[in-house]
Amino acid sequence: MKLIAFASRNWKELIRDKLNLIFGIGFPVILLLLLTAIQANIPVSLFTLDQLTPGVAVFGLSFVSLFSGVLIAKDRTSSFMLRLFISPLHPGEFILGYILPLLPMAAAQILLCFLVAGILGLPLTVNVLWSALILLPASVLFIALGLLCGCLLTDKQVGGICGALLTNLTAWLSGTWFDLNLVGGVFSGVANALPFVHAVEAGRAALHGNLAGVFPHLWWVLGYGVAFLGLAVWVFTRRMNGDQK
Amino acid sequence: MNALEIRALTKVYEQHTAVDHLTLDIREGELFGLLGVNGAGKSTTIKMLSCLCRPTAGDALLLGDSILTAPHRVKEKINVSPQETAVAPNLSVAENLALMAGIYGSPGAQARERVQEMLVSMGLTEVEKQKAKTLSGGWQRRLSIAMALITRPRILFLDEPTLGLDVLARRELWGIIRSLKGRVTVILTTHYMEEAQSLCDRIAVMARGRLRAVGTVDELMAQTKAPNFEEAFVSLCEKEESL
Repeated sequence: MKLIAFASRNWKELIRDKLNLIFGIGFPVILLLLLTAIQANIPVSLFTLDQLTPGVAVFGLSFVSLFSGVLIAKDRTSSFMLRLFISPLHPGEFILGYILPLLPMAAAQILLCFLVAGILGLPLTVNVLWSALILLPASVLFIALGLLCGCLLTDKQVGGICGALLTNLTAWLSGTWFDLNLVGGVFSGVANALPFVHAVEAGRAALHGNLAGVFPHLWWVLGYGVAFLGLAVWVFTRRMNGDQK
Repeated sequence: MNALEIRALTKVYEQHTAVDHLTLDIREGELFGLLGVNGAGKSTTIKMLSCLCRPTAGDALLLGDSILTAPHRVKEKINVSPQETAVAPNLSVAENLALMAGIYGSPGAQARERVQEMLVSMGLTEVEKQKAKTLSGGWQRRLSIAMALITRPRILFLDEPTLGLDVLARRELWGIIRSLKGRVTVILTTHYMEEAQSLCDRIAVMARGRLRAVGTVDELMAQTKAPNFEEAFVSLCEKEESL
């Protein structure tokens, strides 16, 4: 009951912020439309929907980090968090209360990307569902990143870190817009050591019906997801108990 | 019966002693004022009593439960209206109230019933559907107190509840706070002498983390031989400064 009340509040705060909706849902859709329009007018296959859609879906998830980070940071830097800390909510209820409303939002974002891609010509087969499902662990990773940033930074700093840095990292190092092997070297090495490209590759493999090809990419995403979620929970709990010293 | 029994409560931050062996009893239903200049230790005392931070030494029993050994039970009986207005900005007034009722474990129907009661008793009905962020400072403060009261606390901490409000809004809040007398034990901090004088049954004056005096307004004035309460307060604080 307590958890539902808190999660419901967070859901309302998220969906009532129009910027969240515009960036979270509108921006990835616009990107899909724009790049598909470009593809229609160039002779080479640069932005085909089967390659592009999982990438745009992953890119869209970086905005979920921004939303979660800003929400937590705003609560933390205002007296509202103090009010919550005085309440009988347990640390687990706090963390789940922040995470739960973001999961359907991330899932809706992924599904919307595929739906728009379907309208633009992507065959809507069962592979689309597999791909969307395979991308869900990536949403946990991005939510955890947001939680972590929200626990450590102010809402303005979260805007800079998640809104600028993370979205750019996701954009450039995910292999969505170009093949990372074309750049090669350190750039490719760094990109492959981070989870973004693996999330996209896992989504692409599933979309092509190659479920075996999902691995080892999914392991990278799950590994980073668990690590960041663990770190976020640890930092949040420390913050919650921080004053008690 | 005492609602609060504070025993040698102490908080030390590295080299600085914020609260120094505070011992105090506050009776159930009393409207108790905690006064002091900035840095006197009022906010730290409230933080410790509301289980937001652990004392370095000492303990306090809130309606029989220790803040050290039973903080969760203490939290179920208390609430705080923080100094800064603490509301969820994108939620309506009614939704903010329902949120607090839910977080304290009221099931749906009971929460709705309590929201209606609180809207009426706090005069918030006319703004119930308005988002909290669109309310004026006075209305937000009123909502903030209502959010603390909807959980039916037996002890309520009001940290400078009328700070920054205009005279009319302040008077309206005084009426609301006064109406709690006898029903809820209220611990109020304020920098406004006339507020303490007008509302409080008894007042404690703190300076440099220590309790300087406790009593009714008349008792404190008699103790310091001051012509008015403000002079009495200044005298108690300056006495400490000169030590």
